[in-house]
Amino acid sequence: MAPITTLHYLVAAAALFVLGVIGVLTRRNVVIILMSIELILNAVNLNLVAFSRLYGLHGQIFSIFVITDAAAEAAVGLGILIAFFRNKETVNVDEVDLLKW
Amino acid sequence: MQPVATTFFFYLLSGAAILGGVLVITRKNPVHSALALIMTLLAQAGLYLMLYAPFVAGVQIILYAGGIMVLFLFVIMLVNIEKVQKQEQFNKQWLVGIVAAAALGVLFVLVYMKGESLFPKHVVRLAEESNTQEIAVLLYGQYMFAFEIASLLLLVAIIGAVVMAKKRI
Repeated sequence: MAPITTLHYLVAAAALFVLGVIGVLTRRNVVIILMSIELILNAVNLNLVAFSRLYGLHGQIFSIFVITDAAAEAAVGLGILIAFFRNKETVNVDEVDLLKW
Repeated sequence: MQPVATTFFFYLLSGAAILGGVLVITRKNPVHSALALIMTLLAQAGLYLMLYAPFVAGVQIILYAGGIMVLFLFVIMLVNIEKVQKQEQFNKQWLVGIVAAAALGVLFVLVYMKGESLFPKHVVRLAEESNTQEIAVLLYGQYMFAFEIASLLLLVAIIGAVVMAKKRI
């Protein structure tokens, strides 16, 4: 069998990224949309680590920063979700239309 | 140490990661989605180990699978999921969304195929034993400023999350 190259990892990461984008675009539940965003960030991380095998350690450092951002994003996003659920008793994104006219 | 059975483990782990991703976006119950996402994260930690990144793999398991997913599960239990499961799960423009995302995926693969000749031919020898040491030297040396900014970002996120989730400030 052919040896596993960087391209294989990039294609796997692209598949995960596309799954995340589909989740963000099609689901109505905010919790699952936030999880899809985590999928997208993880796909980017896989790309960074795969390239760090070709270009040295800097990709791994960047993936650690991306994980930090993901933690901050999840905390703020879920805080917004709790505040929203308290006011409107729903977690569906298409019912978030207070700013729409 | 030379890796063994690279091909087999690559297809096993990436298959598990992609299967977990599919389950995340198709399950009705958010708790099932969260468990599938944990499977994806653990499979990805395995892929990081195959790419000579043991520190990132450890951070992935401790921080993502251990920390962020617990936060997700807590919030799922705080919001009412029985009512949500009976409702329609996908919005009205789901077909357009899938087509657009598939086009994006095809674009990615085409770019990778075309650009592969630009990649360096030799892989850098990354030392496994001193991986954490080398990351620490870079993180506290060259990337010191970015590190401090990241800590500030986390502080802002903590304060923001508390302010938003609190009933009365």
